[in-house]
Amino acid sequence: MLAWTIYISYLTAAALFLLPRGVKPVLARVLALLSASAGFAIALASFCTHRTGLTFTITNIAWVPSLGIRYTLSADGISLALVLLTGVIAIAGVLFSWDIADRTNEFFGFYLLLIGSVYGVFLASDVFLLFVFYEIVIIPKYFLIAIWGSTRREYGAMKLAIYSFVGSAMVLGGIIAAYAVSGAHSTSLNELAAAHYSSHFQLIAFPVVFVGFAILAGLWPFHTWAPTGHVAAPTAASMLLAGVVMKLGAYGCLRVAMTMFPAGLTPWAHPHLGLASWRDVFAVLAVIGIVYGALVALVQRDFKFVIGYSSVSHMGFILLGLMTLNLTGLSGAVLQMVSHGLLAGLLFAVVGRMVYARTHTRELALLGPMNLNRAIPFAAVTFVIAAVAAMGLPGFSGFVAELMIVIGAWRAYPLLACAVGLGILIGVAYIWRAMQKAFFSGSSTEDAGRPTDAATALDSHITPITLPEKIAAIFLIACSVVVGLFPHILLNIVQPALNSPLFDGLRRGGTWQ
Amino acid sequence: MIAARPFDYAQVLYLVAPELLLVLTALFVMTADILLLRHRPLRIRFTAASLLAALGCIAAIIQIAASSASSNLLNGVLLTNPLVHAVQISILAITIVVLLLTANSHFTHHVGEYILLILAATCGMMFLAATRDLLVIFLSLELLSLSLYILAAFDKRGARAWEAALKYFLFGGMSAGFLLFGFSLLYGVSNSTSLRDIAAAVAASHTAGLNPLLAVAIVTIAIGLGFKIAAAPLHFWAPDVYEGAPAPSAALIASGSKVASFFLLFQIVALGLAPAAGSAALRHPARGWVPVLAILAVISMLVGNLGALRQLSLRRLLAYSAVAHAGYMLVGMAAHTADALSALLYYVVTYALATVGVFAVISAVEEDSASDLLPALAGLWRRSPVLAGCLAIFILSLAGIPPLAGFFGKFYLFVAALQAVPGSTPLLWLVVLAIAMSCVSLYYYLQVLKHALVASGADAPGPVRTPVLTQWVAILLALGVVVLGCAPHLLLGSFNAAVAAAGL
Repeated sequence: MLAWTIYISYLTAAALFLLPRGVKPVLARVLALLSASAGFAIALASFCTHRTGLTFTITNIAWVPSLGIRYTLSADGISLALVLLTGVIAIAGVLFSWDIADRTNEFFGFYLLLIGSVYGVFLASDVFLLFVFYEIVIIPKYFLIAIWGSTRREYGAMKLAIYSFVGSAMVLGGIIAAYAVSGAHSTSLNELAAAHYSSHFQLIAFPVVFVGFAILAGLWPFHTWAPTGHVAAPTAASMLLAGVVMKLGAYGCLRVAMTMFPAGLTPWAHPHLGLASWRDVFAVLAVIGIVYGALVALVQRDFKFVIGYSSVSHMGFILLGLMTLNLTGLSGAVLQMVSHGLLAGLLFAVVGRMVYARTHTRELALLGPMNLNRAIPFAAVTFVIAAVAAMGLPGFSGFVAELMIVIGAWRAYPLLACAVGLGILIGVAYIWRAMQKAFFSGSSTEDAGRPTDAATALDSHITPITLPEKIAAIFLIACSVVVGLFPHILLNIVQPALNSPLFDGLRRGGTWQ
Repeated sequence: MIAARPFDYAQVLYLVAPELLLVLTALFVMTADILLLRHRPLRIRFTAASLLAALGCIAAIIQIAASSASSNLLNGVLLTNPLVHAVQISILAITIVVLLLTANSHFTHHVGEYILLILAATCGMMFLAATRDLLVIFLSLELLSLSLYILAAFDKRGARAWEAALKYFLFGGMSAGFLLFGFSLLYGVSNSTSLRDIAAAVAASHTAGLNPLLAVAIVTIAIGLGFKIAAAPLHFWAPDVYEGAPAPSAALIASGSKVASFFLLFQIVALGLAPAAGSAALRHPARGWVPVLAILAVISMLVGNLGALRQLSLRRLLAYSAVAHAGYMLVGMAAHTADALSALLYYVVTYALATVGVFAVISAVEEDSASDLLPALAGLWRRSPVLAGCLAIFILSLAGIPPLAGFFGKFYLFVAALQAVPGSTPLLWLVVLAIAMSCVSLYYYLQVLKHALVASGADAPGPVRTPVLTQWVAILLALGVVVLGCAPHLLLGSFNAAVAAAGL
């Protein structure tokens, strides 16, 4: 049944593309909302009925017999958690783009095409199939940004598309090479992961495939597409980008690169620059990403760039969690995928939809005098909640996830864990600064008893927060709180999945702790 | 060997029945056009003639499908087997699509002659697919080329077509000279015009390294056929011809002619010169034709992809992209295994479908705005959503985005190239280069879509008046590209079976 998340999205997308142009936009919105809700409902139902530790196959039919390619969809705890996240973000994204009036049908068509492919990546258990879904994602992403985006949209869209394509080309090269070398006559992930590659081959193939996926996960120094892409994208697209598309990269690293080439993580014969293995290299890059992203976010003048760089920083946590190679760190990474998906979606919604669409500026210096905490208090409250959650306030999802990653990192890389602590501190600083400048810097002038005419004039232009926006924001916050208060709901299914046979190679390699 | 049997003319006539059908159709169409339709409006003449010709092609397909017997006449002079049939049916199918595109043309009053030439070119392609004899290869190649030169020059209203056709003709004549020279050397080496005998002679003479005569033959043949497949650095005619020729002619040159030429090149090198293959491995290269093709592949991928970046005209962009695709296909050809052949056929056929599709869109847009520059596409999503959607599918297929046919073609081709030699991957560097270059290609393909789907085109004229037939051709081709991409086995299965049955 879970496969219908993909099919419903694709069918609705096709219907929206074929809808005659004269149709009222509200029909497209309702269709998209129905489709997204159906996907969420299916994901939730599967989530509730899932027996822990079990990888269940949904479909398994021959696709291209001459190459041994099969159309195989299956789900384990990790996929289910991320499918559920996709369902949540999909609904929130539709609600936050309720007022898209230009080419509405096509917007939601591309949107659902993207969503369906994301479901597909999370559910595919044939590497070829996973790659197909992974690459379909690029095209709707490009059009969503290029057509409905804002600042330098064509540049941002093209940069994003080329970066993603380069990443997926590296993945494709690695997959083809693995297929040719293994001689397995199958592209099933389980069989390719069980095939015996020489250690030499794995040490070359692993970084290629890992970086290929990690480009989309915002690995420093390949992250530069992320801020420009996020800033150029329309709200729903940047929610999807930060919320689920970046997770595709991290998911691919974990699901494909690390399971297929576990020996690629083992130490080299000779250490270089104090780094003994690819694992060290990527761990260091991840930490650089955490600190660098936070530092750059600290000096941004554009509100959306702050959130864009904070995404880079938070994605660094996920990659670091993957490189810890212990159960705590890895499950923390999966938890962080979900958590960052919810919170980044919410932050981008506040900045893009609630603030930018009303004020038509994202300059922190210009937003300050508008007294936004008075004009749209709901946005201010939402942003405060999302911001403290992203900082890692206990009770929200971010806290549990980052805590687990830091504990995992402490066991594997004590020194790097300290650097992460620094990153978290800077994280508090940039969030605080953005919050202060955007929402609360006007209040000081008011305390002085002279509300400027300009500010009051602007107040009248700012329309109140609409009902769909409120519902979506509360929905996302509620999800984050649930994950934060009851992390075992997710951990109960994620951790057994990490103990499944697929990850045997990773454990047997001796690197697992 | 087989030629010892008494020669049976009835059998010849039976074997060439599909080609005969085409020739008869051509003559009939021309006669009917001159005698009956001469004073009718131009559009009606074009529609009637091309539909009649399409019917002839369908009859030829039925004839091929009905006669499933394999036979080999005069040691490879005329050959029928499942592989030949599969290639011929693909060529005929592409010709039918091109004919349907022709139906709404009005660039010339010589309707019958135009259709006749299309069918003659098709006939040449079919003979090319059905022979393994140097003489027949050269004759049918000339039949194909001469028809195409004239087809390219058919639009006499402007100077562009003249210039393009003259360039095409001069380049073509020169490359035919090279090809003939190479063939004569092969004959000198082997004393036979049959590819099988040549292979035996090459194997016998190959004991002490590559025969110098053979080396010259390989290079001249690569030059001669490199021209036909538009491989760089022999591609200079392509941008001008793509730009200047009438849309249906350009579509035929870009699609059917490519299918036939690639199949031909594969047969010559992989059958006739198999013992002199050599190796293109970076560490231990060996002299032979594989390194020659590898060099052509590298230059084509670089020139094609980098050249296309700067193009403003959609037709010229397609020409450079054709050069790039020729490079990818040469990578597969360098592998020369049975898998590589079926991968190559799948690739070239799906490539042809997408390219004809783009030409269908071009012809409709040009009809409307008399320009093939990219800005002329602006606002196409509003002016003709159907064409814009189809164009997106064709272009994305050319770019190799799944689940479209172009992606699967690339995947299978690269897999075949890596699996060419069990246990080692001598062509890995070529595959890596090809994958890297396909990243470059995404940029210019997206530029096309940016104009067609993103640009608002606020100052562009109103809806594009698309002829119904062109629209349906575009829709069918787009469906074909999607279906063949989602279910590649439909086409791949038959190519695999045909290659297995024919035995490389």
